[in-house]
Amino acid sequence: MSARFEFDGRAVPFSEGQTVGAALVAAGVRSWRTTRREGRPRGVFCGIGICFDCLVTVDDVPNQRACLVPASSGAIVRSQEGDGRGHLAV
Amino acid sequence: MATSPYDVAVVGAGPAGLAAAAAALAGGARVALIDAGRQPGGQYWRHRPGDLGAVADLHHDLRTFRSLVDGAAHAVKYFGHHVWTVSGSAADGFAVRSVAGDAEEEVGARSLVLAPGAYDRQVPFRSWDLPGVYTAGGAQALLKGNEVLVGRRVVVGGTGPFLLPVAAGLAARGARVVGVYEANRPAGWARHAGAVARVAAKLTEGAGYAAALARHRVPFHTRRAVVAAHGDDVVGAVTVARLDREWRVVPGSERVVECDAVAVGWGFTPQLELPLALGVATRVDADGSLVVEVDEHQRTSVPGVYVAGEACGVGGAPLAVAEGEIAGTAAAATATGTALAPVPARLRRRRRALRRFAAAMHAVHPVRDGWQTWLGDDTLVCRCEEVTAGEVRAAVDELGATDARTAKLLSRAGMGWCQGRVCGYATACLTASAPGSAPVSALDLQGVSERPIAAPISLGRLAGDAGHNGQQ
Repeated sequence: MSARFEFDGRAVPFSEGQTVGAALVAAGVRSWRTTRREGRPRGVFCGIGICFDCLVTVDDVPNQRACLVPASSGAIVRSQEGDGRGHLAV
Repeated sequence: MATSPYDVAVVGAGPAGLAAAAAALAGGARVALIDAGRQPGGQYWRHRPGDLGAVADLHHDLRTFRSLVDGAAHAVKYFGHHVWTVSGSAADGFAVRSVAGDAEEEVGARSLVLAPGAYDRQVPFRSWDLPGVYTAGGAQALLKGNEVLVGRRVVVGGTGPFLLPVAAGLAARGARVVGVYEANRPAGWARHAGAVARVAAKLTEGAGYAAALARHRVPFHTRRAVVAAHGDDVVGAVTVARLDREWRVVPGSERVVECDAVAVGWGFTPQLELPLALGVATRVDADGSLVVEVDEHQRTSVPGVYVAGEACGVGGAPLAVAEGEIAGTAAAATATGTALAPVPARLRRRRRALRRFAAAMHAVHPVRDGWQTWLGDDTLVCRCEEVTAGEVRAAVDELGATDARTAKLLSRAGMGWCQGRVCGYATACLTASAPGSAPVSALDLQGVSERPIAAPISLGRLAGDAGHNGQQ
């Protein structure tokens, strides 16, 4: 039985050592963020922590680079809209 | 808190950094080895934590990797540490400050070897921001570091020898690579036979990839490029086109190719923020990249600071290893107060031959200005701030920006999360192409390469609040 984390309510399997971004790509998820200006979808682009395109919310912390964050069992991963701080809006 | 100073701190555990650490240890120095990755290897020998047996077939020269790892065994490792700044001097000592999760670490050292490596250079094209478009290095990182394929039907494009291992790796793991689109003509290598002949391993390596592509029936096209991506929320096809000598699209040559992923790369951009933070002298290399000036011993213009690998000129892993060995040896001698011996003839010859090969590579695989004609006014240049080519051009044509830094300040291109790492080169080229602008200079590139904070750090950490919970 492989390990899993939760992504927007579904279970995503991963194997030891994979990143959140890689596990999402392997599960057929191509995007998990919308941009601040045009609301365009984004996922992994550079894959090595350079471009910040793959930002995602992991365990309630927004703006994590999915291509760098190691996948871990039971993590709650959520898509991110805009700057990921909508909950702070007044 | 600061640790007691090491003799040598090496930043980067890729080919150059590992070689530097091993050489500095051999020279009797106490060595700290710091890298953002969770294991040694850098981008070139990227693998999951643990042994890289599962991806051994995707790698090259693992014997060197294993011997460097053995050589660096007694370095104190700070892996998973993202260096956000370096400071200090040879007189007062250097400080390397990094973040690892919620913790900050400061490593002190008498001399520094910086081996930060490089990342894929990008030029924008229409809809290149669609999910499913990856950098060539990104596709490679997912494969070597995670054993994940970016797609089932993949187009590979750009320029440079790196496209070959990327395509071969994808094909070896079962992706259908529908085509490799090399914008230059590799036949140009024939004019550089002398440079290639001296590094026979490069020939063998290239022939190996060519054979792999042939075995998997991957078509290799030259003087052609991916000039647009198509899709609503994910890439479903690309337009490929034939290019003229200046890389303008040959009218009528456009063809739509269906795919579910694209991997593009146009050479590499060295990561210079750490050397620049220390004020080292730079120059523009043959490939148009800003690189650090180093002398025979890989010394920079700042005493006590050594740079090795791609940051002093993109040239590949074997060159990085040679430079790392030279830099590590010299840094150890400086730190321990022993006399600096001349660089051994074996290393000098090897470095010279490999640099000659790199120069040939840059001559055969240039990036021509014609890519700018592929862009629509609405094509994104800066992916973070969503700044279009039209907006960058308006900053130049209407607002009068004549250098990259001014174009950046007026258009916001390069002011987002990635701090211009992805679009800095393109913004500099677009600015320099306008009438009345000067060619891209070292100063231009420096203006889009300086990043006082090289890795994300929380405001609380920056303010020195040890109790802060580390939200970024």
